[in-house]
Amino acid sequence: MQIETDWYLALSAILFTIGVLGVLFRRNVIIVLMSVELMLNAVNISLVALSQSFGDASGQILVFFVMSVAAAEAAVGLAIVIALFRNKESVNVNDFNLFKY
Amino acid sequence: MTVSVLFFCLAAAAIMGALGMLMSRNPVNSALWLIFNLLCVAGLYLTLNAPFIAVVQVLVYAGAIMVLFLFVIMLLNLAAMPTLHDFSLRHAIVYALAIIVLGQLAYVFSSTFKGGFPSADLADAASTGSVSSIARELFTRYVLPLEMIGVLLLAATIGAVILARRLPRRSVDNTD
Repeated sequence: MQIETDWYLALSAILFTIGVLGVLFRRNVIIVLMSVELMLNAVNISLVALSQSFGDASGQILVFFVMSVAAAEAAVGLAIVIALFRNKESVNVNDFNLFKY
Repeated sequence: MTVSVLFFCLAAAAIMGALGMLMSRNPVNSALWLIFNLLCVAGLYLTLNAPFIAVVQVLVYAGAIMVLFLFVIMLLNLAAMPTLHDFSLRHAIVYALAIIVLGQLAYVFSSTFKGGFPSADLADAASTGSVSSIARELFTRYVLPLEMIGVLLLAATIGAVILARRLPRRSVDNTD
């Protein structure tokens, strides 16, 4: 019984691309943050697949750390979204152009 | 054989969940699709014989992070959510960029590992992904990063509280 790593890497690439599409397409800043989580998740799939393929547990420890950083990022990011919503009354990324010009 | 059938079912479900997140107009539906996707990915970790990562995925991602997202979505005003636009030139550029990213990933994956992967036997993989082997590495070789992650989470908690706090009215007190 063998584990076919290529398929996991292909799935990871597809999910990462969907995350990129979400970041570029959607104007809702919460959905942009969720797409970032999807991209981190896609990277985790390839890390776990390669870790199991090479028989090294370090990859899975890296996944553990990525999840912790993703949790911290979600907490701070959503707090920033709440603060922005309080100031601008909007979650549209087109409205957040304070540093644009 | 059953593992590969399971893989294809879970992979199709995960891609469906990701597309559902991308397409749905209501952010609550988006979050629910993403939770579905994350649960499918946890199942994929189980097919890879990584039970620890699968459990952490369900606990941290599908549990904690997505509950946070749903809370914030419901906290904010749903009527103010921006809607999807119609097809435009910008969307064509976005599609082109996504295809470029996908091609780049495919090229990197296929060219870096030309000789194929050392596909591990399931018994070896089970010993690699087991809780005890991960814990042994985590608390010996990676104990300093583990402590730093603890500090990072503390900093993120304090930062989130300070950022989301309602600012007090600026009072003109002259105590000094």
